[in-house]
Amino acid sequence: MKVLVAVKRVIDYNVKARVKADNTDVDLTNVKMAMNPFCEIAVEEAVRLKEKGVATEIVVVSIGPKVAQEQIRTALALGADRGILIETDEKLESLSVAKALKAVVDKEEPQLVILGKQSIDNDNNQTGQMLGALTGFPQGTFASEVAVDGEKVNVTREIDGGLRTVALSLPAIVTTDLRLNEPRYASLPNIMKAKRKPLEVVVPADLGVEIKSTQTLVKVEAPAERSAGIKVSSVDELIEKLKTEAKVL
Amino acid sequence: MGILVVAEHDNASLNGATLNAIAAAAAIGGDIDVLIAGKGCGAAAESASKIAGVAKVLVADDAAYEYQLGETVGDLVAELGKGYSHILAAATTTGKDFLPRTAALLDVNMISEITAVVSADTFARPIYAGNAIATVQSSDAIKVITVRTTGFDPVAAEGGSATVESIAAVADKGISAFAGEELAKSDRPELAGAEIVISGGRGMQNGDNFEMLYKVADKLGAAVGASRAAVDAGFVPNDMQVGQTGKIVAPNLYVAIGISGAIQHLAGMKDSKVIVAINKDEEAPIFSVADYGLVADLFDAVPELESKL
Repeated sequence: MKVLVAVKRVIDYNVKARVKADNTDVDLTNVKMAMNPFCEIAVEEAVRLKEKGVATEIVVVSIGPKVAQEQIRTALALGADRGILIETDEKLESLSVAKALKAVVDKEEPQLVILGKQSIDNDNNQTGQMLGALTGFPQGTFASEVAVDGEKVNVTREIDGGLRTVALSLPAIVTTDLRLNEPRYASLPNIMKAKRKPLEVVVPADLGVEIKSTQTLVKVEAPAERSAGIKVSSVDELIEKLKTEAKVL
Repeated sequence: MGILVVAEHDNASLNGATLNAIAAAAAIGGDIDVLIAGKGCGAAAESASKIAGVAKVLVADDAAYEYQLGETVGDLVAELGKGYSHILAAATTTGKDFLPRTAALLDVNMISEITAVVSADTFARPIYAGNAIATVQSSDAIKVITVRTTGFDPVAAEGGSATVESIAAVADKGISAFAGEELAKSDRPELAGAEIVISGGRGMQNGDNFEMLYKVADKLGAAVGASRAAVDAGFVPNDMQVGQTGKIVAPNLYVAIGISGAIQHLAGMKDSKVIVAINKDEEAPIFSVADYGLVADLFDAVPELESKL
């Protein structure tokens, strides 16, 4: 079966985001960018499904500026077969992204679409579920295990109280949580090979999708900083402080 | 046009996070209706009708909603929500699952995990793991919102007398089904609502050593959490993870033990009132947010703490 994986270019997870001095947004000038960590897990899961003989082809799709081709190449180096970039410099909100992905789903007709559960920049956690609604596919969100079984896929989900398994009819959407797998690193030969894999570039209009924004970023501020407190020298002093000073015990 | 709050419950009782979501609705202002979608959920509906400030409780009692699956609840809320100006749910794993589906069905964007209401169309929410707070204004006709519970003090669970009304279910498309559940069983308080939280990190070395934390927790009536490193290493299950992608907590007292303090962990606990860190590495970033830091080997300090409490 064909698997579609959506990936996003975001700030590298090791970099601490800083707010611009004029409070209009986060400053991404000269900041290291990378594939969203949850998207790496999505790519890895697709590659494992292919290694198991479940998936036959992995198509990776991203939407964003031209440079997002780098993240698609990374996915190709990890084992995806071909890439699609929906190129746009417009501001992207989840609904437009989901609509663009829906257009790709209509064209590619995958049996499984795997996305990260959230991106570490906007922390929205919306796109996979929105794509589910637009396509009418069921969804296994926050997945820690994915088992394809004939016409169904069983997805174990990380929920607040523990784990829950749902049985979904295919085609289906899966959004990844941290424990689904541990992504591999791309080998140098595979990075070289990835350069020759097909990467199609389209614009939203080619897919019949209009990028619309309904949210205005009024301002972006740094959170109230928590300053370091004091060091105590012993457990006794700690208990004393918590009782008399902080009054929380 | 009123506000619809989708309650979180297990059919028998309401989850406390619902009270925080209703508090956000009250901050927006307007009539507040609460939806209980479940099966045999009369008791949960009864509790909802007593919540202060609720006008009406709508009950969709149907087999399709027994497990509150994203597909069926998402469809129902989209159908019902057309008549409201705002649709809110707590940002739990249930709310985060169905509400984006609802938003897409209504052809609107969604605003995730708000921590403050600025006005009826403008909200604050953390982005970049809490390293920035965005104020977002929505022009959508219906505002679809999840509420970060730590941002709003819960409304009173008693004191209201809402009318209770049954509503029809929306046809189940039969594309998804509940297949099983492994829920953590614990006599300790839930992480999300606990007054005191004690969390362990990679420094705990293994799952057995968490026993030390359970002992301290039981003396204090505290919940026990963990860092992503401890969960990834398999020391403890996922439902204990505190952080950007796990649970967000803001207790009166947060005790971080053997936790270095990665950005994504801090995102889940830095709004706690008092933070204590115990770590043998005095350079650990956790000390930069801790009110009280103790540089010590946790294997000495934790048993001592337990014996002296």
